[in-house]
Amino acid sequence: MRHLLSAGDLSRDEAIQILDTAEELLNVASRPIKKLPTLRGRTVVNLFYEDSTRTRISFEAAAKRLSADVINFSAKGSSVSKGESLKDTALTLQAMGADAVVIRHHLSGAPHRLASSGWMHGAIVNAGDGTHEHPTQALLDAFTMRRHLGDLTDRRITIVGDVLHSRVARSNALLLSTLGAEVTLVAPPTLLPVGVEKWPVHTTYDLDSALHKADAVMMLRVQAERMQNAYFPSAREYSRRYGLDARRMGMLPDHAIVMHPGPMNRGMEISAEVADSVRSVIVEQVTNGVAVRMAVLYLLLSGSNESDPIPESLV
Amino acid sequence: MSAYLIRNANILGEQVADILVRDGVIESIGSALAADDATVVEAKGLIALPGLVDIHTHLREPGREDAETVLTGSQAAARGGYTAVFAMANTEPVADTAGVVEQVWRLGKEAGYVDVQPVGAVTVGLAGERLAELGAMADSAAQVRVFSDDGKCVHDAVLMRRALEYVKAFGGVIAQHAQEPRLTEGAQMNEGELSGILGLTGWPAVAEEAIIARDVLLTAHVDSRLHVCHLSTKGSVDIVRQAKVRGVNVTAEVTPHHLLLTDELARSYNPIFKVNPPLRTAEDVEAVRAGLADGTIDVVGTDHAPHPMEDKECEWSSAAFGMLGLEEALGVVQLTMVDTGNLTWAGVADRMSFTPAKIGRLADQGRPLVAGEPANICLYDPDAARTVDPYASASKSRNNPYADRELPGAVVATFLRGVPTVLDGKLQEISA
Repeated sequence: MRHLLSAGDLSRDEAIQILDTAEELLNVASRPIKKLPTLRGRTVVNLFYEDSTRTRISFEAAAKRLSADVINFSAKGSSVSKGESLKDTALTLQAMGADAVVIRHHLSGAPHRLASSGWMHGAIVNAGDGTHEHPTQALLDAFTMRRHLGDLTDRRITIVGDVLHSRVARSNALLLSTLGAEVTLVAPPTLLPVGVEKWPVHTTYDLDSALHKADAVMMLRVQAERMQNAYFPSAREYSRRYGLDARRMGMLPDHAIVMHPGPMNRGMEISAEVADSVRSVIVEQVTNGVAVRMAVLYLLLSGSNESDPIPESLV
Repeated sequence: MSAYLIRNANILGEQVADILVRDGVIESIGSALAADDATVVEAKGLIALPGLVDIHTHLREPGREDAETVLTGSQAAARGGYTAVFAMANTEPVADTAGVVEQVWRLGKEAGYVDVQPVGAVTVGLAGERLAELGAMADSAAQVRVFSDDGKCVHDAVLMRRALEYVKAFGGVIAQHAQEPRLTEGAQMNEGELSGILGLTGWPAVAEEAIIARDVLLTAHVDSRLHVCHLSTKGSVDIVRQAKVRGVNVTAEVTPHHLLLTDELARSYNPIFKVNPPLRTAEDVEAVRAGLADGTIDVVGTDHAPHPMEDKECEWSSAAFGMLGLEEALGVVQLTMVDTGNLTWAGVADRMSFTPAKIGRLADQGRPLVAGEPANICLYDPDAARTVDPYASASKSRNNPYADRELPGAVVATFLRGVPTVLDGKLQEISA
């Protein structure tokens, strides 16, 4: 693994390796001193073209806990806002000796361009690109599910909401099917991508029918402005048909968990009662995000990408 | 004016003969011709085609001389075997007045490599709001007969109807860029399984087909003449095929890239493959090849669209639409149509010279290779092969989607009214 661009690029073994490594690294977070010397002297750049405080601080914490030097390069307040090209930014980062670039971009495929253009040589981690993918989110979601549900083989995962515009849904559909889970996407027909029937998932327009066997339900953020483009008539109608409220939560099996990648629209796709319920693992997802991102950076940057284990003394 | 004796050329792949060119015309065709004063061009093994005519070229001048000029675009055309190109109107300023079309026409004359025939805009500033002075452009020195807002669709049905009606007064044709604007807002690539996976906004086939269907009906209703630019989908081929059966006066064009490349190339997120209309599926490629073979699609038009490097060295969605094609068109047509048995060389002459000249009402282009006709000739070696190098091009731009690809064939010589613009595969100095 040289880059992490798409969850679809991960083999089952690679995905399991990341999740197992994250499991070990999670222990670090519970210690008084939360730091490992593993990436000392390595430089990780957080290149953020889009505001995302939670993802940026998650990566920043992950890199710092591995002792990497972290440079935050935000598109706002940099020459990017004056129109520097992605190429020139990449050449600058290369000249600065970036070993890894964590890139968040509002345009799909920007991480692929960095990785394949020859403009720079460091490892590229996709921290969310446009409406394409968000592979570390999928990894932390899978990690969270594994902690509650065990092995994900044949587990039923229901993902609900704006699949069309959701990078979280794309990455989760790919990763979860690689891990053997049975994924069902639920959305109004306007918010399912053309060609979704070829994805390794089931789809339905009826949320109620996808709840009673679900082991986990993941609610996606729905932007109210989608109404402007006639994807659905009103926020209230969306909420009635596709929101997760207490009644629908009651249809889930007892062991099922409720997830959300955040930030939530309380009252839109998820009711406050559900978001704050004991089934909700939403806050835990955030905690797990740091461990998973540590694992990704560790595996990308710590020398050989073979499965060299973390030294016992460090864990 | 000097004379050229082209020896042993395989004319349209049908007959090996000598061609004697003098004073800009074909003086005679026959076996073992002799002319002491003529320069001999040995053409054994070469196909002789009428000089190619491109119904769809972007020369960028005036306005974007950093991407292409009339001169460099003309030189690229000559290297591709062309003797005439239609220069699209989306320049800066837009070619929507007699002044601008005459400027482009004059620049073409000064360059001297091909006949540059300006296309006039249908609407002022390509804005789709009111008709440009089509009659003034028709009456100008440039004698404009093809009108197009290419790059934008004349989507207003009333405006399209009026334009179709109005150009009947001077034998004009409306060349439509068929793209329903609302269905393609923010569109980046063909809408299909791949756009969903890549998270790029889709450009659905229906956005092209709906406009073509409407325009075919309008054209029949007002009894005018429609040309469909860069048709790209299977459904579009079907609509045009049915329209022709019903006797509608419609012609259609396909680009070299839509004959060869598919949307799979978008997987790289490399915007060199970003074009409008987008690269479609393998099924669409098969359909446009079949359409070109059976005459549903009348012509190959390059949609040669130069862009400076910085407009392609960026994120896919930030990049400009368009790709080069003048220097590769014939090779791509050989690869996809001739070598596959879809088209004979005579068929290539029809689709790339005779018919585009007829559609655009060019009198002395696209003429048969017989004595007395203007000596517009392309000599082509179908047995050559090359690896496309974007830097080995006369174009100012490098946005070449065929880079590093093997293409068959090579243009050995191009004659424009008896003057070699390309000889031995090399661009010639033109003393205008």
